[in-house]
Amino acid sequence: MESLLSRGTHTLSVYVSNKPGVLARIAQVFARRGYNIDSLVVSSSVDGEFSRMTITAKGDPGGLEQIIKQVNKLIDVLHCVDHTGESAVVQELALIKIAAGSDDRSEALQVAEHFKCKTVDLTESSMILMATGGTDKIDALVRMVHKYNIIELVRTGRVVMARGNQVT
Amino acid sequence: MDGAQALVRGLENEGVEYIWGLSGGAAIPIFDALITTRTKIKLILVRHEQGASHMADGYARATGRPGVVLVTSGPGATNTVTGIMTAQMDSIPMVVLTGQTVTPMLGKDAFQEADVFGLTMPIVKHSYLVKDSNDIPRIVREAFHIARTGRPGPVLIDVPKDVSQNPFSGGLHAEMDLPGYRVGSSPDHSRILEIAGALSRARKPVLLVGHGALVANASNAVRRLAEKLCAPVTTTLLGKGAFPESHPLSLGMLGMHGTAYANKAMVECDLVMSIGSRYDDRIVGQPHRFCKDAVRIHIDIDEAEIGKMIQCHHWCVGDAREIVEDLVQHVAPLNTSDWLKHLEGHKKKYPLKYKRRGGLKMQHVLDELYKLTGGEAIVSTDVGQHQMWAAQFYKTDYPSNWLSSGGAGTMGYGFPAAIGAQFGRPGDLVVAVVGDGGFQMTMSELSTACVHRLPIKVIVLNNHYLGMVRQWQELFYGERESGVDLEGNPDFAKLAGAYPGARGFTLKRPADVRKILQRALDYDQGPAVVNAECEKTDNVYPMIPAGRALEDMLIEKPKRRLEKPTGST
Repeated sequence: MESLLSRGTHTLSVYVSNKPGVLARIAQVFARRGYNIDSLVVSSSVDGEFSRMTITAKGDPGGLEQIIKQVNKLIDVLHCVDHTGESAVVQELALIKIAAGSDDRSEALQVAEHFKCKTVDLTESSMILMATGGTDKIDALVRMVHKYNIIELVRTGRVVMARGNQVT
Repeated sequence: MDGAQALVRGLENEGVEYIWGLSGGAAIPIFDALITTRTKIKLILVRHEQGASHMADGYARATGRPGVVLVTSGPGATNTVTGIMTAQMDSIPMVVLTGQTVTPMLGKDAFQEADVFGLTMPIVKHSYLVKDSNDIPRIVREAFHIARTGRPGPVLIDVPKDVSQNPFSGGLHAEMDLPGYRVGSSPDHSRILEIAGALSRARKPVLLVGHGALVANASNAVRRLAEKLCAPVTTTLLGKGAFPESHPLSLGMLGMHGTAYANKAMVECDLVMSIGSRYDDRIVGQPHRFCKDAVRIHIDIDEAEIGKMIQCHHWCVGDAREIVEDLVQHVAPLNTSDWLKHLEGHKKKYPLKYKRRGGLKMQHVLDELYKLTGGEAIVSTDVGQHQMWAAQFYKTDYPSNWLSSGGAGTMGYGFPAAIGAQFGRPGDLVVAVVGDGGFQMTMSELSTACVHRLPIKVIVLNNHYLGMVRQWQELFYGERESGVDLEGNPDFAKLAGAYPGARGFTLKRPADVRKILQRALDYDQGPAVVNAECEKTDNVYPMIPAGRALEDMLIEKPKRRLEKPTGST
């Protein structure tokens, strides 16, 4: 299975005022230039006044550089940083519902254990695995459990945080 | 006090003198507050909201102060979209107030409800949907601050009717809360020194001056720099007036219909420095071939412009005046006498010219207009052939005297922009140079001009065609004319006569140009409309076909058939 987040993907962190319309303004900067947002995570900052967005998008670096500048220009954006190539902490979470009845269950649980998944739901015929980690790890897990008929798959997309003294 | 009254107080605090607007249900409380507050702000009632937006734009370009528009919800607001986009493309400070349905009805397809906040999002510098009356003073203050600082632009404030009608209990002097808005910090001095170093090595430099130099009030500094360096200067369409076009170092306008000598200078120069232009497609043609062997420098207040079209060797982000004033102190005169002599040769060999015999030429009318007004008029234009000839033949020596829709290319802009400019500078002569196509888009504002007895001169350069498109069809589309013949034009002189206070003039023969123009200039009881019946099928040259490089400039009508242009429109 092809990775959802293949190479050439850029991980941008955008720190914004928590106001209506901010997401639409940022999305428009991408859409106008024909770029697709592959994943998007938005959450409130510590005090709720600001929000943090982590956006992943593919495209030629020149075009993305222009997008970052245009996003930085938006009045409600405090900063937009490309973390691609940095040694930042990048994680995502996946929920995978697989069809695993009594015959397959123990083998599926072994795979889950190997990837340090949690089993967050278990029925007669299915189970939901929850995995966290880097994108490559999640991709590998998805490939492994593919043989058990994946009923549903939900990935959060990447969240990123710069290490040490660096600002995200 | 209610929200609408607080809004009017906010506008007063920003020094607003005029509002251009048209009322409607959702805006009634705000229009009412213009009376109940006994404000000194004057409301100018227009005939169509697009006109209001261009008037505010013309006022802003002519005075440097933000123009203010007030319209109702739904169609009232959507009619301003063209004007907002025009202002955004040309970095014009403007604040647009739109009425909106009451907040409980938002999103329920209420009567005259349009999602104006959403509709205008890609064409504003910023926008607000006011949810609480008490936020009004802060929002108004922020809106004006954003509109006029940094790279200016339009800001929209959408005001639901209950918000304007509800009691106001907040303070009228609120603090701004804009943690994400950074107005260009002081320029990096080391970059300026770097640029000075590059200039010192140049033998064939050209300064390319754009609208940003006007916005930053940098024209004096630019002139000092050019004179100290002995460097020739070319201006963009919107940069006209940033450097006197009658100055010996001026090459006039460059670009698609710029002078041959300006474009040849770009091809031959060893250094190009843009001061407040964005190297747009109309001046660079093919980005990868533009000044490809020259040292390229970019000075701009907007960091996002650096490297957008052209990769430059040196750049500096910041206010053009601050940068150029600093730069002047670190440069020495260059030995450019051979270069200037060479360019003088181009000026002699390829002058802007036209024939006075045969039918009436637009160039002839504009040339005489320039002479009769001593180049002192504020000139606004529409878009098309007449605009390019006006740019070529009406030399602009002063800042804020040239009003033209450059980025957006908005037909119908010229006449209402002239009205706004006349309000802003009542003592100055304002001339709208328009085509018969564009004028018919906004000529309903003749009423507005008449009500206020504005002595605007409207020169309708009438060829009964959408002439620029016809020119392209002739040159690139096998002379197939499609949708360009404006049969059914009214007699514009008679039409003017139907408006109280306006007077129409008819100009048909080349021999009468001076006489008729002088009569129109002398008429001061209201707008004077000159219907100049011009030759139908003249073409604008020089011309660089869209998407071609400056080397491919056509000085005159080509002998062979040309390929369809591949570049942007």
